[in-house]
Amino acid sequence: MDLKLQKIIPQLITVLIVVLVFGFFTYNAQINMENRGIDFGYGFLSQESSFDVQFSLIEYDGSHSYFRAYLVGLLNTILVSVIGIIIATILGVVVGIARLSPNYLINQFAAFYVEFFRNIPLLLQIFFWYFAALRALPLPQDADAMFGVFFLTIKGLYVPAFIWENLSVFLYSIIAAIIAIVVIRVHARKLQETQGKQLPVFWISVGLIFILPLLSFLMGGVKLSFEVPVLKQLATTSFIYEGGVSLPPELIALALSLSLYTATFIAECVRAGIQGVGKGQKEAAASIGLNPNQVLKLVVMPQALRIIIPPTTNQYLNLTKNSSLAAAIAYPDLVLVFAGTALMQTGKAIEIVSITMFTYLTLSISISIFMNWYNKKIAITEK
Amino acid sequence: MSKINFLKPDKSNLNTFLYLGSFLFLISIFDVLLNSFFSINISGFLPNILSFLLPLILGFIGLYFIRIELSGIKQLDLINKHINTNNFNAILSLLIIFVIIKSLPPILSWFFIDANFAGDSKDVCTGTGACWTYIKVWMRRFMYGMYPNAEQWRINLSFIALALLGSVGYFATDRFKKYLTLYYVVIYPFIAFLFIFFFISGGPVFFDFSYGIIAAILSIIIGFFIPSRFKFYYFLIVPFALYILLKYFIFFEEYIELGKLEGLNWVETGAWGGLSLTFIISFFCLIFCFPIGMAFALGRRSEFPLIRYISIGFIEFWRGVPLITVLFMSAVMFPMFLPADFFIDKLVRCIIAISLFEAAYVAEVIRGGLQALPRGQYEAAKSLGMGYWRMHIFVILPQALKLVIPGIANTFLALVKDTPLIFVVGLLEIVGMLNLAKTNPEWLGFAMEGYVFAAIIFWIICYAMSKYSYNLEQKYKTDR
Repeated sequence: MDLKLQKIIPQLITVLIVVLVFGFFTYNAQINMENRGIDFGYGFLSQESSFDVQFSLIEYDGSHSYFRAYLVGLLNTILVSVIGIIIATILGVVVGIARLSPNYLINQFAAFYVEFFRNIPLLLQIFFWYFAALRALPLPQDADAMFGVFFLTIKGLYVPAFIWENLSVFLYSIIAAIIAIVVIRVHARKLQETQGKQLPVFWISVGLIFILPLLSFLMGGVKLSFEVPVLKQLATTSFIYEGGVSLPPELIALALSLSLYTATFIAECVRAGIQGVGKGQKEAAASIGLNPNQVLKLVVMPQALRIIIPPTTNQYLNLTKNSSLAAAIAYPDLVLVFAGTALMQTGKAIEIVSITMFTYLTLSISISIFMNWYNKKIAITEK
Repeated sequence: MSKINFLKPDKSNLNTFLYLGSFLFLISIFDVLLNSFFSINISGFLPNILSFLLPLILGFIGLYFIRIELSGIKQLDLINKHINTNNFNAILSLLIIFVIIKSLPPILSWFFIDANFAGDSKDVCTGTGACWTYIKVWMRRFMYGMYPNAEQWRINLSFIALALLGSVGYFATDRFKKYLTLYYVVIYPFIAFLFIFFFISGGPVFFDFSYGIIAAILSIIIGFFIPSRFKFYYFLIVPFALYILLKYFIFFEEYIELGKLEGLNWVETGAWGGLSLTFIISFFCLIFCFPIGMAFALGRRSEFPLIRYISIGFIEFWRGVPLITVLFMSAVMFPMFLPADFFIDKLVRCIIAISLFEAAYVAEVIRGGLQALPRGQYEAAKSLGMGYWRMHIFVILPQALKLVIPGIANTFLALVKDTPLIFVVGLLEIVGMLNLAKTNPEWLGFAMEGYVFAAIIFWIICYAMSKYSYNLEQKYKTDR
């Protein structure tokens, strides 16, 4: 009896406190909303939003609903996160490997990069790129073309647009190439296990992924042309580029600073991962006659990836969450469009902040569930 | 002297290769130096692309010549080992050297040579370099925000006093060493709070000390009669309950009374700002997030399922959302959850929000340390007859915390780097002040200087913190 009581009382007290706090909050919220004449509900999502967003991936203007505005914000968040993740991964892996280089200059350079960008607040970096560095770019009429087709100006980066004919054939050819690679890999593994023969799988894959799409150009009637941005005069001093794809400076500043900042953390993960593989593993692999490339590919990397991937995923999540700093430089992401403009217009503080938080929460919890599953799958099962 | 094969440098012609190689290498560096410092192109007679690549080619050949294994010359072997192991490394080393030489002159001239230090108005900044006059003029704003100039000695005095009180640990003799933990965990934060609250703000007293002391004494007296296993929960709840009971239900005081300190002007928190606000926020969040995080880490490893689930929910919630939405919540949503006539200061709301947010991260870090301890430690402590709290305080936590020093330092670093986000609720610490200053019509166009200045400050703070944590880690490293 005594023991049972000892177990129940602390739990009861904790639950009581939690319930009391939440009860107090909801009670107050109800009274406050009654006093101010606000009603609680998510009906506003289908109402007309009547505000404009500067940059959106889907068609959107003031006549669309608040839900559409939410989607615009979410897609913009995803866009900048994906760009940031790709650049940060490439940069992070390169710097992480460079930190392990035997070359003193290279590893010091990499260490300097990591120490420099890691210790400056991300928000400050975003401000620096957006308000100081990108503002020093030339005006549209003064910009020099890079490689003849890119225009980097104060109003953003203008790149040529792809104009496809028979795009679907091209996509089918890529899908066919991927399927062929998978089939060849399976076949090569079988061949190695049964007969001990090795196929140059890597070079076959590279060849396939280039040749099949190339064939679609030659025989499938796929045509690709570029629409190069052209300078156009709006008024005597106001110029703009027309045609092509334009990336706003907000997006560039945000993607740049996010990737430079996160790359330092990814570099540390990569370094820790490669260092985490025991020296004996490499020596053992070398002593059974594998060449350095094989050692890296077959022995070090599989074990290092096991250490690298979980913290790196965490960094991807951080990058996605940090992309909400976009609000500071008016890049229309989820926080700015929805928790900023939409909130100001509707005054539905509780609903909108809760939807925004719930979106981020869903994102991170789903990724962490996936990571837990993945960790369990690749964990070394000790006998 | 044997036959020289230029494609294969070897030891027999060591001197020839050494002189030739170093000569070529030095010439390549000399070329780049001349080019970048005096903009003289000595290879101007060559075609453009060749002239551009010439130093790289010369340097590469030079490094190739001096790459002689086991030459017997110590310096040469060192160079070969560190920057010249193979062709690929040689080219990368050359590129890095050239990039450094090339980027030095513009950086130097921007920072120092062409920069303006004198004067106190925009007119002196005519050069192409940085305008440090701008920083000089705005220094007070960057450091103290909108805090009135005449009152800034209060901030200085408080910070100096706190720094002195904080360094007590270094001077404490062995006799007082055992009280240090108590001092730093309980007394020092309390003194800091008093300083910041009464000295920097000089502001409205919402905590009534007379009732507080009565409540504390009463609850300690009653505490003697409480069975020991409930004592923890008793002291968690009863003193606060007694205080509220005494103040609002027995003596019917107003919710907030605005008492002010004699002789000090009240400076509302909206006027605080600059670097001092960064320090204040980091300091308080640091103090609050640690115990909260520790509590939730223990909660997550608790054997009681309800406590465990509540802790998991708390931790995962805060870890799943970006700080900026948390601050949004504290700004627009939180006031809705409080009684209509109850007002919490913006800065306090901010500190609560950031503390809860970082506490979740601290909790995860500490949980890592708790999990890393071998089960034998728990079992040994239990077999000595220790209870839950005794076991954790004397055996588990000291070891676990030692293990997670780097993780906790990283979380604190993240906290310091997150403070600029408070611009969301309209508080302007140093980055916010920079953004305000650069929109001032008299000082347009100096954004770069401001950001560089703030970046240097933050870099120094964060780098010092990370080095300090590394030292701590080394100091408390115990082999097991």
